Amino acid sequence: MTCPMTDKIFKKREFADFLRALKKTYEVLVPVREQGFYRFKAIADGEEADLRFTNTRLSPKSFVLPQSERMFEFTLDEKIEDAHILKEATRAYSPTAIVGIRPCDAKAMRLVDVNFNNPEFRDPWWVKRLNSITLVGLGCSEPCSTCFCTSVNCGPFHEEGLDVLLFDLEEYVLARPLTEKGKGLLQSGGVERDADEGSRNKAHKLRREAEERITSHVPTDKLGQKNVNDLFDAPFWDDVAFACINCGTCTFLCPTCWCFDIQDEVIRGGGDRIRNWDSCMFPLFTLHASGHNPRAEKVQRVRQRFMHKLKYYVDKYKNGVACVGCGRCVRYCPVNIDIREVFRLMNEL
Amino acid sequence: MNSEEDQLSGNPYLPYPARIEQIITETEDKSLRTFKVVFLNKADGERFTFLPGQFCEVSIAGKGEIPLGMASSPTEKGFLLFTVNRAGVVTRYLHNTKEGDILGVRGPLGNWYPWEKMEGKNVVVIGGGFAFTTLRAAIVYILHPENRERFRGITVVYGARSPGLLLYREELEQWEKRDDVNVHLTVDATDDPGWPYNVGFVPAIAEQKITACDDSYALVCGPPIMLKFTQPVLENAGFEPERIIISLEMRMKCGIGMCGRCNIGDKYVCTDGPVFSLAQLNELPREY
Repeated sequence: MTCPMTDKIFKKREFADFLRALKKTYEVLVPVREQGFYRFKAIADGEEADLRFTNTRLSPKSFVLPQSERMFEFTLDEKIEDAHILKEATRAYSPTAIVGIRPCDAKAMRLVDVNFNNPEFRDPWWVKRLNSITLVGLGCSEPCSTCFCTSVNCGPFHEEGLDVLLFDLEEYVLARPLTEKGKGLLQSGGVERDADEGSRNKAHKLRREAEERITSHVPTDKLGQKNVNDLFDAPFWDDVAFACINCGTCTFLCPTCWCFDIQDEVIRGGGDRIRNWDSCMFPLFTLHASGHNPRAEKVQRVRQRFMHKLKYYVDKYKNGVACVGCGRCVRYCPVNIDIREVFRLMNEL
Repeated sequence: MNSEEDQLSGNPYLPYPARIEQIITETEDKSLRTFKVVFLNKADGERFTFLPGQFCEVSIAGKGEIPLGMASSPTEKGFLLFTVNRAGVVTRYLHNTKEGDILGVRGPLGNWYPWEKMEGKNVVVIGGGFAFTTLRAAIVYILHPENRERFRGITVVYGARSPGLLLYREELEQWEKRDDVNVHLTVDATDDPGWPYNVGFVPAIAEQKITACDDSYALVCGPPIMLKFTQPVLENAGFEPERIIISLEMRMKCGIGMCGRCNIGDKYVCTDGPVFSLAQLNELPREY
């Protein structure tokens, strides 16, 4: 029998001790500030997490779906028996903890999981890597002005996809285990003290106040029932795409963008088959060898990105939109294309 | 089809090693060659069961992978046939291989022609250019003694730009001699005064030859422009959209619905297709 999940608590100034204890069992990834931007990084001894971030510039999706990953290796040397035959590249799946992941980025991994782990096929690398990772979320006490998570089935303290959720109570940190994996992590981290009623109330208040602070909302209620061809043929796509320069920034930053390319690389008679992140913003993404391209025009590619997230995904998985409201694409788009406006246009068509 | 357990436990990206056993040059311009491929491990070959209409990712170590429909029928045991147009990196490499060279085969992938629904029906096969490959597999499959009783008559409309670009000429001639197959060959143009068949584009010849639905299913495969103009011909002949079956092509990488590029609306050509009915396509955005 498993014990019920009980909220735990530890002093915030013991956070470094907590991470140090975790490092005995896990590779520990935490947010650090580098060259003006936050990102997740494995910390060395003496390094500390910097929890003053709103969110990292890139989502931590790269730890489950690396931007570039060796799939297979091969030799082309005919003197070797297995020349031209692909072998799986060896790799380790050591236990990893991502500490400080925002709830939206954890939920995004659940949204992407339905693509890589479906009833027909299972992507072994995605599945094994996701299984080896324990996600310790840090609730957003101070959400960013571009966040709209609360209107897309997510929120600043959303629990889906997380193994542990941390509440920053100024002097203390309340740690809520959400899965057996999370409970195990807290034990490894030496977090044993049960949270008292007062701290739990504070955590509840913190969550409610953070949710109220999110004032950016998008409508999603009519997306599912809209006819796909009405949306596809809608008059607004030219306007939406007008300023787009197809740079692909949105797709690389987006925690729910998963598209990838497969390429072979050869050096000195041997090589690797590699998969790399790809982007629907690039014309090469769909270019046939014949020269035909179903999405040759910029407007078609911009439409594909939004239709995929807000309509095709909705229809295919009946799982809501493929957007967690993190606001990264809104903040970093060099020409200020705003997905919140596209939500409105599509939902109100 | 591999068992579900097999697909889930294995690595769906890992090709089965295979050997090129024979290379047949199909067309006078040598742009199309058929590769007869045999699995290196017998067990892989036994596990590889498919139906006409499905495809594989054919893998060349160091070059990449491409989706190719099987040109052979599952009734042809012990090997697979792929007819390949020289177009990109992998196909150029393939055209320079020799018998005995090693490649990889990943599959079978995708769906197949609606064989169960076509039972007891006439089958109209309309193909253009080098897209005739899985249609050849379909015809060989129907004509096999094991299956012949399951289906009624076959009508074939097949065209290429010129006589020298028609695939599988010997088989076409054999089919022509049968009384259960009507073959209508056509070329866009020819300067051969002795050309005994039709001259004209596939949709135009189809319009002359296919005048009634006659309880048939139509299997259509060809370049986008041919598909576009053949659809109304079949609809005018009385074919319901559910009975117009189209096999599509799309740039692919993974072949298993994960890499994200071959979608039409919420369908992936690699897993929900490549075979679609016109009724299905009518519901989807026109982006192919």
